[in-house]
Amino acid sequence: MEISRNWRLRYQRYMLEGTKCLDCGNLSFPPRRVCPRCGSENYVPRGLKPEGEVYSYTLVTSPPEHFESQAPYPVAMIKLDDGPIVSAQLTDVNYEDVKIGMRVEMVTRKLRAYGKNGLIIYGYKFRPVEG
Amino acid sequence: MGNNVYIAGIGQTAVSEHWDLSFRDLALDAIIRAIKDSEIDRKKIEALYVGNMLAGELAQQEHLGALIADHAGLLPIEATHIESACSSGADAMRRAYLHIKSGEIDCALVVGAEQMTDVLTPRATVGLAGATDADYEVAHGFSFVAINALLARRYMYEHNVKHEDLALFPVNSHANAVHNPYAMYRNEISVDTVLKAPRVCDPISVFDSSPICDGSAACILISEELMRDIGMEKRKDHCVSIASSACATDTLTLSAREDPLTLKAAKISAENAYKRAEVEPRDIDLFELHDAFSIMSAMSLEACGFAERGKGCTLAKEGQIALDGSIPICTMGGLKARGHPVGATGVYQIVECVEQLRGEAGKNQVKDAEIAMAQNFGGSGATVITHILRRI
Repeated sequence: MEISRNWRLRYQRYMLEGTKCLDCGNLSFPPRRVCPRCGSENYVPRGLKPEGEVYSYTLVTSPPEHFESQAPYPVAMIKLDDGPIVSAQLTDVNYEDVKIGMRVEMVTRKLRAYGKNGLIIYGYKFRPVEG
Repeated sequence: MGNNVYIAGIGQTAVSEHWDLSFRDLALDAIIRAIKDSEIDRKKIEALYVGNMLAGELAQQEHLGALIADHAGLLPIEATHIESACSSGADAMRRAYLHIKSGEIDCALVVGAEQMTDVLTPRATVGLAGATDADYEVAHGFSFVAINALLARRYMYEHNVKHEDLALFPVNSHANAVHNPYAMYRNEISVDTVLKAPRVCDPISVFDSSPICDGSAACILISEELMRDIGMEKRKDHCVSIASSACATDTLTLSAREDPLTLKAAKISAENAYKRAEVEPRDIDLFELHDAFSIMSAMSLEACGFAERGKGCTLAKEGQIALDGSIPICTMGGLKARGHPVGATGVYQIVECVEQLRGEAGKNQVKDAEIAMAQNFGGSGATVITHILRRI
């Protein structure tokens, strides 16, 4: 069931919480103890602005185990307005309409379930921004 | 600096779906062939390095060093399992090389082996995805193919490259596999085959993608001193020198890279290998690169200094990657057509370089091959290991 493993990721999955380097200001997602830009170990948790644009995208037709029932589904690299790129599924969109540069926002959705009686894992996906 | 290291024996199994062979059967097949090819008494072997990525995940078998040392009749020698995703094979090779180079031992055995077809595709897919970030990509449904598709899409967008340009790489690999008895797909294909095949992850088609398969390859490494002692010097055509070995790392995820379209670790690994071997890209007679996906061939040629950024496909269009071109690649079929039994791949690449440098590559022989390079990727270039081999 991996309860603790999923629980540990709650701030990232629900709030897109990364880290901000206190020395050079670099933002990271996922969180990092050591700044990849300047090597500093001084950081604070920082929730990132949940908006950005599609950097690249694809459609998963041959899914990994536990995702068979969702396939085919679109996944993408999202370049957040804050800078970091996030790997996430796209939702509420026709694959044919997805374009590089498309504006998207974070929503909380079901990522997967551990069988009929197990945990249901929620986390971020991204959908097109209307208008 | 350090002792010179030579490859004195090679062995490989034909890459296939080996439903009749377990992980240990596969490893043993290659080991027995490599020992026989070297004509070295197995009592001379002082250390065993086993490259494997997925036995723990797919067969619940860990502790591979002692397991294989036992079944190969090599107890009680030192034995270690090396894992760095798809570069486990070259990584095992490098550890054995360093061990002999350090002067502590004179003879090591390296084997890369992988049994992937005992499980169904979704299970193998999740295992392979272990090469990237489990919490931040795999938990979101990303497969390893998806990650390469994201890269391919962006590459095509930024560099104005078409799928038919990238498709030239698998066409080349398949053409070279035809005459390799150890290759999985010994049939020629056309650009149309690639373009019309079903998508695994759009835009990557089945023919852009290396297969899930089983295989094993092995090498015997010896010091210069041992080569002299056992009279191997007389078999100069048989032994190949390891001119250099280099390893570099990058982030597991593409997302964390400043520029996802540059394979920085591949560049650094290659540059260090060139420097240590005192050669330049133009000295390389053939290059076994990591064509797990078509996009990787293009980007790897760029990272290693054979093409400018975004221009990797130009070499393919000009015919330069063919056996008679300026930089022949995947000369025995590469990952795409020889096959990609992940933890074994890095050792297959070395075995094929040795075949070329010995002049034993048959119809695929690169004329007057003296210097060969092999580059093995773990993940999307997160671990990159480059070896340069030289005829003596």
